[in-house]
Amino acid sequence: MSKETHIPVLRLGEEYHSLDTVELESAAGSAVYTHTANPGLIRRDILNLEKSKAALEAVPAETLADYCEAAAELFLHEELPVGNSTQSPQQYIESLSALTKLPHTLVKMNMGKVHAAMSQIRTVIGGLTRNLPLELFDRGLSAVDDLEVNFYPVADALGVSLPSNAPAVNSLWLPAPVLKIPVLLKPGREDPFTPLRIVQSLIAAGFPKEAFGFYPTTHEGGDTILMGCGRGIAFGSDATVRKYSGFPSIQVHGTGRSKVLIGDDYLGKWADHTETLVESISANGGRSCINTSAILVPSGRDELADAVARDLAAIEPLPRDHEEALLCGFSNTEWAGSINDLIDEHLKVEGAEDVTARYRNGSRLVEMHGQTYLRPTLISCADPGHPLANTEFMFPFASVTEMPQSQMLEEIGETLVVSAWTEDAGWIRDLMNSSDIERLNIGPFPTNRVQWEQPHEGNLFEFLFRRRAIQGNLAAVS
Amino acid sequence: MSCDLTVEEAHAALDERVRESMQWHFSPETGCPYWLERASSLGFDPRTEVTCFADIQKFPNFDDEVLRKEDPSRFIPKAFEGRPFNVFETGGTTGMPKQRIGWDDYKTDYSEFSDHYPSDFFPQGGNWLMVGPTGPRRLRLSIEHLANRRGGACFFIDLDPRWVKRLIADGEYSMARKYQEHVIDQAVTIIRHRDIKCLFTTPKLLESLAERMSLVDGGIKGVFAGGTTMTPQYVRFIEEEVLEGKINYAPTYGNTLMGLAISRKREPGEYSLTYYAPQPRAVLRIVDPEDSTRDVEYGDYGRVELTTMTKEFFVPRFLERDEAIRREPCGEFPWDGVGDVRPFQSGTKQVIEGVY
Repeated sequence: MSKETHIPVLRLGEEYHSLDTVELESAAGSAVYTHTANPGLIRRDILNLEKSKAALEAVPAETLADYCEAAAELFLHEELPVGNSTQSPQQYIESLSALTKLPHTLVKMNMGKVHAAMSQIRTVIGGLTRNLPLELFDRGLSAVDDLEVNFYPVADALGVSLPSNAPAVNSLWLPAPVLKIPVLLKPGREDPFTPLRIVQSLIAAGFPKEAFGFYPTTHEGGDTILMGCGRGIAFGSDATVRKYSGFPSIQVHGTGRSKVLIGDDYLGKWADHTETLVESISANGGRSCINTSAILVPSGRDELADAVARDLAAIEPLPRDHEEALLCGFSNTEWAGSINDLIDEHLKVEGAEDVTARYRNGSRLVEMHGQTYLRPTLISCADPGHPLANTEFMFPFASVTEMPQSQMLEEIGETLVVSAWTEDAGWIRDLMNSSDIERLNIGPFPTNRVQWEQPHEGNLFEFLFRRRAIQGNLAAVS
Repeated sequence: MSCDLTVEEAHAALDERVRESMQWHFSPETGCPYWLERASSLGFDPRTEVTCFADIQKFPNFDDEVLRKEDPSRFIPKAFEGRPFNVFETGGTTGMPKQRIGWDDYKTDYSEFSDHYPSDFFPQGGNWLMVGPTGPRRLRLSIEHLANRRGGACFFIDLDPRWVKRLIADGEYSMARKYQEHVIDQAVTIIRHRDIKCLFTTPKLLESLAERMSLVDGGIKGVFAGGTTMTPQYVRFIEEEVLEGKINYAPTYGNTLMGLAISRKREPGEYSLTYYAPQPRAVLRIVDPEDSTRDVEYGDYGRVELTTMTKEFFVPRFLERDEAIRREPCGEFPWDGVGDVRPFQSGTKQVIEGVY
């Protein structure tokens, strides 16, 4: 890349250089500027979505799926445009790492996840549509057994307000353009690179450029995208969930509070799977909503907490380019300090112990390798009502709480992923009937285990399309 | 408002205005009860000790809460006694509003504004449409005066910003959106059914209006807008896309206490705005937020401070809730300008502005 990289707005495929720019910290002393789209500019583009839809309509969905598969390879291996420059895969890794403080290992892992979602787009869409043929999106009709079914899009476009801390979540919107729904993206401040790289790979593979809007913008601009497109996806905290709770057209991916529930029948077996628990808490630097944030166990809390804490505490901050680096630095160092202070404050409430402190080499909050880190932390809680028992932070953090198996489903609250370690058929039925669980793993699996054909947090196809009863003479469209 | 004076001559005229104002507002024969009583607690005699604009620093910053607490009649200068007056209220304030009385100031301000623009900028004889807060605001009469002065009539669509603020505070976003649509619907109807050439509105309403119809196709030739921050990007967007590069645009900065500051002419491709107060009637300084007696350097951001000195009204050193860049005098206006105005401390704090 050149010394000064400008990342312009993409207005339904057309580059637009704004006079409002934001300078980002970047790799190797080069300056990166994102160009900020004002909300009115986005609204005017939304008025022109017909062109985007027409451009997608002109290409068969099977071809679009082919393009997406081809784009997967471009995304992973090729040099792609970034504004006035180009970016190789290695430059992408270094640039994203510099901005987000994700170590290179995790950027590569996230690249792998995005690549997998793109290269397996047919499997992903099959999982969303229960294997309806892609011609549905060309004709609006498809035969299921002997029955013609008609699905119609309920939105002109999908608007997505992306986070900065999790590049792989871009895989959630990827099916939309293959389903012929234009996509308008607001990148997270620190990660303009991932959505742009995906968009550029899709365009390079053959997608019409009009299908994509890329808008670095303000909060108001983000709201404009989410509310103006007909359907929106946002990522964020509990506050984000509350903010959009009155808008059924906006799907919010908030805090996960994902949990491992250990059944009575696994009490004697968990020790064989300590490594799984550690991975479940710490994979992806503990930044994902599918990372475990709480472990519930019927008995033996102290023993389990000690074993997991010992291994977690062994995970040390390493330089971002170290091949074994797992922990992420904080791009906002004040934020790290606030989290650390909050945990210490809550530890003053009786009934909780930071078990990792027994084994940790130094304090939780640490400056190393030119960055600020929070070291992995496992809290043992005597009371499920303790303020640290069911919370989530952006680093490897989890609690261990003891309660009878029969109480667990009453206590967990809304949970994105539950890994229930059990073979108890009756309890499995209860788990499957729970309305609090979004995604359920049965067996000794980590919560971050993802199967592409099993989408979590809402089905994008059902979010974007609605089925309509249709009958009569359909020969003209069959 | 633009003038042929040199910077030095303009400065001398301002000093002269200060001397006249002190005699007027602090003499029992001409001054108002509020200032005559206030003079006793100032610790100096404005008539003898404030003889140039630099001496205005002797006044403390004006507390505009006074305009909420005091009965407006206490601001009637003796010389105006017996003349009916207008009571104007500030924009979106809720609760007890701030009030200012007036007689002819708004006509003076808007006559000068009109004289600043050539006859084809806002076509002479063309009708105007004002879309925005009317009610007890100075702006409503001002725009009508402006239209009349240029030989046209003025149509009005009201928007009550106090109601919008309340809807937003109550989380009634959908109702706020409906209200805005209701306002825009009415504006579109008037533009389509009457011969409107000129428009006054806020930038946000202007955007919304242009999302519903082409203002060029609607016959609009000139737009006068003010009320919220306009960054260079925003001005460019308004001119290039909202006004399709074909409609004259006059962004202004103003309020009930000052009148209005015109933005100087810009070169093609230049979008940064610099406003100039209607000096000597009103003066804008850009001051150090920590010490408002000190001007910031040219090119630096500081807080906007207003001093108004007309025969009807005197406000010394009122600190606006805005900040701006101090800009050099220019050919059109030989006194300091204020550039790229934005809400005070918006560079460091998130500020919500522009509810309409």
